[in-house]
Amino acid sequence: MKRLLVLGGGTAGTMVVNKLRPRLPRDDWKITIVDTDNVHYYQPGFLFIPFGIYRPDEVVRPRKRFLPSGVDLLLGAVDRVLPDENRVLLADGKDLPYDYLVIASGTAPHPEETPGMQDEEWRQSVHEFYTLEGATALAEKLQSWEGGRLVVHIVEMPIKCPVAPLEFTFLADAFFTEQGMRDRVEITYVTPLDGAFTKPVASKYLGNMLADRKIVLESDFMIESVDPERRVLVSYDEREIPFDLLVTVPLNKGADFIGRSGLGDELNYVPVDKETLLSKRYDNIFAVGDAADIPTSKAGSVAHFEMDLFPDNFLRHIHGLQMTQKFDGHANCFIETGHGKGLLIDFNYEVEPLPGKFPLPGIGPFSLLKETEMNHWGKVLFRWMYWNVLLPGKELPLPALLSMAGKDTEDLP
Amino acid sequence: MPVTTINGRGIHVDDEGFLTVYDEWDEDLGKALAAQIGIDMTDAHWKVIRFLREDFATQFETATTRRVETVGGVPTKEQFKLFPKKPQKKMAYIAGLPKPRGCV
Repeated sequence: MKRLLVLGGGTAGTMVVNKLRPRLPRDDWKITIVDTDNVHYYQPGFLFIPFGIYRPDEVVRPRKRFLPSGVDLLLGAVDRVLPDENRVLLADGKDLPYDYLVIASGTAPHPEETPGMQDEEWRQSVHEFYTLEGATALAEKLQSWEGGRLVVHIVEMPIKCPVAPLEFTFLADAFFTEQGMRDRVEITYVTPLDGAFTKPVASKYLGNMLADRKIVLESDFMIESVDPERRVLVSYDEREIPFDLLVTVPLNKGADFIGRSGLGDELNYVPVDKETLLSKRYDNIFAVGDAADIPTSKAGSVAHFEMDLFPDNFLRHIHGLQMTQKFDGHANCFIETGHGKGLLIDFNYEVEPLPGKFPLPGIGPFSLLKETEMNHWGKVLFRWMYWNVLLPGKELPLPALLSMAGKDTEDLP
Repeated sequence: MPVTTINGRGIHVDDEGFLTVYDEWDEDLGKALAAQIGIDMTDAHWKVIRFLREDFATQFETATTRRVETVGGVPTKEQFKLFPKKPQKKMAYIAGLPKPRGCV
C-alpha cells in the first residue's frame, strides 16, 4: 500500500485530495490529510466582514464536508518533516510515513515580526483582517469609530491575496461615504512597493483610482516598527506616518514546521519548480498553493489553476514518466471597488494584468481592469462557486493557462 | 536591449540601467556603478554586494533585503545606512543584477 500524505486542508490541499482520490486506486493508495482543526474558512470573505457585508458564520464550514470518502482527516499540528526518512512527526508524537508528500500549509500573518505591532494597541487602534478573529474585531471597531486618520498598510511582499488591501481601502472609502462621514476620515495607503500595485499597467489604473477617491499613496515604505504610544508607523529611512486607526497586513510567512524541517526559504516557503511544483531537493515532495515559493500571487485562484494541471503531472511522476503539464502562474482576481462595482485582473508569470474582456474575447461578460457591476456580481457569486464547485474539484469553464485573446496590449511599453 | 559604455566597456543594460548579463560584471564595474549613484564603496558595502553576487549564482534571483538580512547576515537597518532610501534597488544596480522582482 502506497501512502500519499497531504499537509494542510485548506483550498489547495482539499482540491489535491478531491482531484487525486478518484485517480489513485483505493487498493493501492492510502490518502491522509493533516490539519490542526476541522474548520475551513472561505478566506476571500474576511474582507467583507469589517463592513458588515458578510457575517462570520457565512465564511466557515467543517473541513470534513469537502473531503471525499477514502481520505482520512487527521487532526494535529506538524512538528517536522524528516524528508530523508520519508516521515512526518506530529506534535502529539504520531509518526506518519509517506511515499509522496504534498505540502499545502499555506501562508499566515505574523504581526509579532514587526516591533510594536502586537503591543498594547493590538486590536485597539491596530487591526488586521486576515483572520476571522481580526476581521470580526475590526467590524466592531468600525461600528463605533468616529473618524480620523485611517492608514491601510502592507508590511512586506509577498502577501496572501495582494489585491485585498486595495479592496479594503476602496470599500472603506465607500463605507464612510455611505455613513455620511467620509469628510471626517483621512485615508492613506502605505506600501513597500513603488506604486499602488506590483505591475506597471495595473499599478497606474489602481493608482488613479486611489487619487480619484482622495486617498493618499505613500510608497516605498519599509516599516521598521509601530510606535503604539505615539500611534505612528516608523520606516527604516526614518519616515513617520501617524494613524488613529491602522489596518495592517502583517508579514506573511509559510508554516513554521517548514523552517524547522529545513525545507523552506527565508520566509518558510518551499522552493519548487515553478512549472511542476516538485520540490527542488526531494523527488517525492510537492508544494502547492501558497506554501510554494513560485513567483505569482498567493491566492486561491492560483491554487485552482494549479489543480487543473497538477493531477496529471502527479500521476505521470509516480509512474516514473516525465511531467508534461507546465503551470504558467495563471491567476485571476476580482477586486471589489465599492458601491456595488468591481474590477477583474487576469495574469501569469509573464503577462501582467491588462485591460480587455474575460473569458470571451470582446464579449466578457467580465471586464478586465475596469469597474463594472458585472465584476462585482462575479465576486458575489464566487462564494457559492467556491464551496460547491471549486473545493470539490469540479471543472470550471475557464482555461487553466492564460490566454492573450481579449486582452488590450496598447498600454504596454 | 540597450548597450551602454561604462569604464570604456560596452555593457548590456535594461531600460532602467540594470545590467542584464551576469558575467559582464566585475568589481571595478561595481565601483563605477556605485559612483554613478553617489555611493563610495567600503568593506561593508562590498560584503553585501559579494553576498548578492554569490547568492544569485545559485538562486538565479536577486536577494531581497530580508534575504540579505537572514541569509547574508546584514541587518536591514544597516542596508539602509549603506544604500540610503532604496537599498534593494541600489544593491541590485551596483551588483549588476536584475532589479528585484515585485511579485504580483
